Amino acid sequence: MAAYIVRRLLAAIPVLFGLTIIVFLIMAMIPGDPATAILGSYATPENVAKLNRDLGLDKTLFEQYVIWIGNLFQGDLGRSYTLNRPVLDEVLERFSATLILAGTSLVLCSIFGLLAGIVSAVRQYGWADKAITLLVLIGISTPSFWLGLILILIFAVNLRLFPASGMYAIYGGGDLPDLIHHLTLPALTLSVVATGVIARLTRTAMLEVLRQDYIRTARAKGLSERKVIYKHAFKSALVGVVPVIGIQAGFVIGGAVYIETVFQWPGIGSMLVTAISTRDLLLVQGGVLVVAAAYVLFNLFADVVQTLLDPRLR
Amino acid sequence: MTDTAHTTEVKPRRTSARPGTLALLLNNSLATGGLFVLVAICLIALAAPLLPLANPDVTAPANRLLPVFSDGHLMGTDHLGRDLLSRLIWGTRVSLAVGLSATFIAAFFGSLLGLVAGYAGGRVDTVIMRGIDMVMAFPYILLALAIVAVLGPGLLNALYAIALVNIPFFARNIRGITLGLSRREFVDAARLSGKSPAQILFIEILPNVLPVIVITMSTTVGWMILETAGLSFLGLGAQPPQADLGSMLGEGRKILFTAPHVSVIPGLMIFALVMSINLFGDGVRDVLDPRLRAGSLTRPVARTAVERGDAPVPPPSGKGVLDVRDMRTEFEIGGSVYKAVGGVDLNLAEGECLGIVGESGSGKSVTAMSIMGLVPTPPGRIAGGAAYLDGEDLFAVSDRHIRKLRGGAVAYVFQDPLSTLHPLFTVGDQLKEAIGTHQPLSSAEVKKRAIELLSLVRIPSPKERLAAYPHELSGGMRQRVCIAMALANDAKVLIADEPTTALDVTVQSQILTLMNGLRRDRNAAILFITHDFGVVSAICDRVAVMYAGRIVETGRTDEVLASPQHPYTAKLIECVPVLGEPERRLDAIEGRPPVVNNLPDGCAFADRCPRARPECRSGDIALVMSSEERGVRCLYPLNTEGTA
Amino acid sequence: MSVVSARQSEGDTLLGIEDVERIFGGGRKLFGGHKPAVHAVQGLTLNVRRGETLGVVGESGCGKSTLARLVVGLDLPTAGTITFDGEDLAGLAKRNRNALARKVQYVFQDPVASLNPRKTIRTILEAPLKHLSDLDARGREKRLQELLEAVNLAPEFLERYPHEFSGGQAQRIGIARALAAGPELIVLDEPVSALDVSVQAQVLNLLDALKEQYGLTYIFISHDLSVVESVSDRVAVMYFGRMAELGPAKEIFRHPLHPYTDLLMRSAPAPGRHDLVSEDAAAELPDPYNPPPGCAFAARCVRKTDLCHSVRPAPDEAQGEGGNHFAACHHPLPRA
Repeated sequence: MAAYIVRRLLAAIPVLFGLTIIVFLIMAMIPGDPATAILGSYATPENVAKLNRDLGLDKTLFEQYVIWIGNLFQGDLGRSYTLNRPVLDEVLERFSATLILAGTSLVLCSIFGLLAGIVSAVRQYGWADKAITLLVLIGISTPSFWLGLILILIFAVNLRLFPASGMYAIYGGGDLPDLIHHLTLPALTLSVVATGVIARLTRTAMLEVLRQDYIRTARAKGLSERKVIYKHAFKSALVGVVPVIGIQAGFVIGGAVYIETVFQWPGIGSMLVTAISTRDLLLVQGGVLVVAAAYVLFNLFADVVQTLLDPRLR
Repeated sequence: MTDTAHTTEVKPRRTSARPGTLALLLNNSLATGGLFVLVAICLIALAAPLLPLANPDVTAPANRLLPVFSDGHLMGTDHLGRDLLSRLIWGTRVSLAVGLSATFIAAFFGSLLGLVAGYAGGRVDTVIMRGIDMVMAFPYILLALAIVAVLGPGLLNALYAIALVNIPFFARNIRGITLGLSRREFVDAARLSGKSPAQILFIEILPNVLPVIVITMSTTVGWMILETAGLSFLGLGAQPPQADLGSMLGEGRKILFTAPHVSVIPGLMIFALVMSINLFGDGVRDVLDPRLRAGSLTRPVARTAVERGDAPVPPPSGKGVLDVRDMRTEFEIGGSVYKAVGGVDLNLAEGECLGIVGESGSGKSVTAMSIMGLVPTPPGRIAGGAAYLDGEDLFAVSDRHIRKLRGGAVAYVFQDPLSTLHPLFTVGDQLKEAIGTHQPLSSAEVKKRAIELLSLVRIPSPKERLAAYPHELSGGMRQRVCIAMALANDAKVLIADEPTTALDVTVQSQILTLMNGLRRDRNAAILFITHDFGVVSAICDRVAVMYAGRIVETGRTDEVLASPQHPYTAKLIECVPVLGEPERRLDAIEGRPPVVNNLPDGCAFADRCPRARPECRSGDIALVMSSEERGVRCLYPLNTEGTA
Repeated sequence: MSVVSARQSEGDTLLGIEDVERIFGGGRKLFGGHKPAVHAVQGLTLNVRRGETLGVVGESGCGKSTLARLVVGLDLPTAGTITFDGEDLAGLAKRNRNALARKVQYVFQDPVASLNPRKTIRTILEAPLKHLSDLDARGREKRLQELLEAVNLAPEFLERYPHEFSGGQAQRIGIARALAAGPELIVLDEPVSALDVSVQAQVLNLLDALKEQYGLTYIFISHDLSVVESVSDRVAVMYFGRMAELGPAKEIFRHPLHPYTDLLMRSAPAPGRHDLVSEDAAAELPDPYNPPPGCAFAARCVRKTDLCHSVRPAPDEAQGEGGNHFAACHHPLPRA
């Protein structure tokens, strides 16, 4: 098993390298002259040429990449011209906020999704199943950014139960209860769609597993229905659901872009949106790279969990 | 060799029994509702230029932020005084167009990549899939953002971005299906028919993949609409003054507290649109997906439903440990009732092995499963009769009691030992579970017992094998584990459903020898289901031949084989080649067994029987017992002089 | 090797298989080292005579299906040659696969899976006529009717889809498709094992009749000894990718030389037979990734000696009577 984890980690290295290439190329493909973009259209030609030299844009693409990745290894992702601070500092600060939001949502959607899926499968065609199926459909059909607005209207504006925006209260905040208070609405909003997807999949997986021959064997052995469902069937269903949770992590991180904008959460998503509209491309590059790398690592983790569950994959 | 007569009987074409795709879809009220709403939205959006709507882009600062139901502005106006209803309809038009285009682009390129990768395999597959993996390594929306960052904000760029990030999704799905289909025998057959690779891919494989493409499209188009709306919401999609639903929402958000209707209305529209698409899409999926279509995703309950009606339950005959009386099991599928078991009597004494022989569809396996309630409900149900274990009616006892008996007094061995063992638990865990469920032993004692059982079924180095997973064992070893599990609690009755059919012939003989020895040592009764008279000879004392859900002949194995009385039994023995008799002419049985949802009157075999007379085709023909053990369900039996 | 080949070629050789090998896997890994390789078929030498039925028996994993795919060109050998009428089959398969398909055809094990569920029987049967023959539309129509007649199916079946047929009917369609191209050799890969016993006999009788009618040569592959015995002129017994025994059917079944053949025969259940031999549970197939150096059957064999573990017997190590019966065994069974 340890050998397997090492193998998977090694296999992730080329993927991470591939990511750097894609991110680098995307930025290199940007039409127009970055120096002009950075300096604005009123820049003098001398200034543009100087900046091009400073940015290394007079070199070949390959040389540029080698320099860029060399800097990357030293933790240098360049400087954000809009914020006038190192990209890495800004990205890491923002990323930790996103991690809190997305992580909480991921935990919520895994728990609720699995539970709802199991209940739905076990009570197939009962009222609980029908209610869950309908809720799931509504959940995955609702634009999350709109749902966030509605929740703000109801819970922040009308009922005044939760704050409408931000991560901490401006005055006297900063402790854990304050964080949870601010986190509740955005985390719930963000988890809705993923909960629906996981619930659906768990239901299907459970129903499929419950028809397998080995479930009949478990019943023929005289096991209680509880053991049949929660031990024998659930473990098999989980093997199919875990990779989907991994994929959902991507959707949750992506969805965070909207939710952070709606709730003004100081995460990497709202940073990216701002950076794109201000054309702060180094910041976009750094943000995308860090998030993608985190996503690859999370999927690696999901793979390992799946392998732990299923000995046939070893 | 000329006796193979023209096979003219054809399955009736059930055009009425198997409704078409559209009819099935309309049967689903949720999907129909979704379709209805969707069509309405699409029609309105299409008709936008014809409708008497205000110009959606004309600003009127004087009329800004009018509430809903204002005069002349049914849905009010936005912060620039533009008519919301008009903007909503025009915006829906844009969103629909963008969402659909993105879906088609993604579906086309994704499916093409998937088809080629799946069919070509090898290097082409590796290269394509590595590329796809790379793209999928990015969180979905992030990649779209990066693309928009490069291309610059704008509706078309948002469309390309959304389409591009969805290509991998299609490619992966379609590749998987194509890969599976490419290994199917009909593809090899097409190659041998002289078709070129391109012909095979697009003429043979594509039609089989098409439903999957449609399913994937119908389940993702809602997503794509949501995502493009999302990009517009962030200000990266539609640029003013053009509006789609997302950008309307984005503009409304800034005045959320003062004029909530400006953002609530477009949001509701997105929701209605996506919800109707999803409802309809699910309906399409349910209809096109063969697994869902057959209703095979219905969860079977723990025990077969017993609906014996008002008819009196037949009393026990008093013979044997297991005493089955007039047992009837039915399946209700799509409105018709399949009488899989139509009144079966069996009894099984201690230490005795009774074989049930029949072809597929004869009801032999259903008979075996019915006894302990292992026939899946739905669609199965016990419709009559009784099964007595030591005088106790198994169809009447409580669920708790039947659980105690399952794996206790009555244990099963199934056909395919790979699929009947749980793949994720070790052999030891499964064996220990079987012991622990029925015996209050400490875990050390349970383990000791498990090792004993493995050595009992003669598995080498049993202690080490406890930690093995089923896939690490050979077929024969797996079946030995299944037998060990069945023996865990000193079962009185073993029900073995084709336990050697999936095994090689040398392994089969090992397993048969093992089972034979075990029943003699432990005096257990065995109900042995098989299609092979050779296997019956090797292990069974008595045999019952089943045809179309009923026993047509029963007796001691040697007697039945030597002088079969039912024409079906005789034919069944004659049509099988026997080792050492290569010159024997095979006497084929023409025609096919009747389908059990439409059994003829009288003898079910009459249509295929050379001895059939008119009397054979009416009334109920009884199983007549000529002695304690010998019986035949035939008006004109063969070989009647020789037996008592 | 050449002894086997030479002695077999008495009579008119249609298909010559010479020292054929098929390895799956293998090759190099990204970071050095070899990928594990499995020899599905190894050192196989076998001639098929015009007009005979050659039975191939063996248990799962013995390589008999790989052999079948090699013969029809669906797969190519990694070493050795296969010749059809003296012409190199691998070369033919690469150069002009349709020319090969006109000569050698295949009948599949699973009759329903071998028919495309979305095509009518007409489309399925017309494909070989279109691609492999130069008949015009009218000629094809006539041929279709003949084919259906030959396999005893009613003409109205042409417009139906595969799911409307039973296994036996589907297999007749599969046979008709194989016949359509007018081949000389048909490889039958377990053609009746997916069928119910009562239908089995129908198909076996049909195959027999067609062979006579069209002057065909069959390679009949099956795991069922009694079926093989009833249809074959000669029989090849395979074990673990190699030939264990080869000879006339009567000889093999009456006087087996190889202990494996003997074990197979005594393991096969038959009506009226009570005593089955049974080996110990430890008797298993060898590890395909790590084959033993000597005879692959030695671990299970009652007659084995040290020699068997260390030296692999040649395919004609033992010879029976008549000069056309060979076995790869150091210690063949004496003639009873």
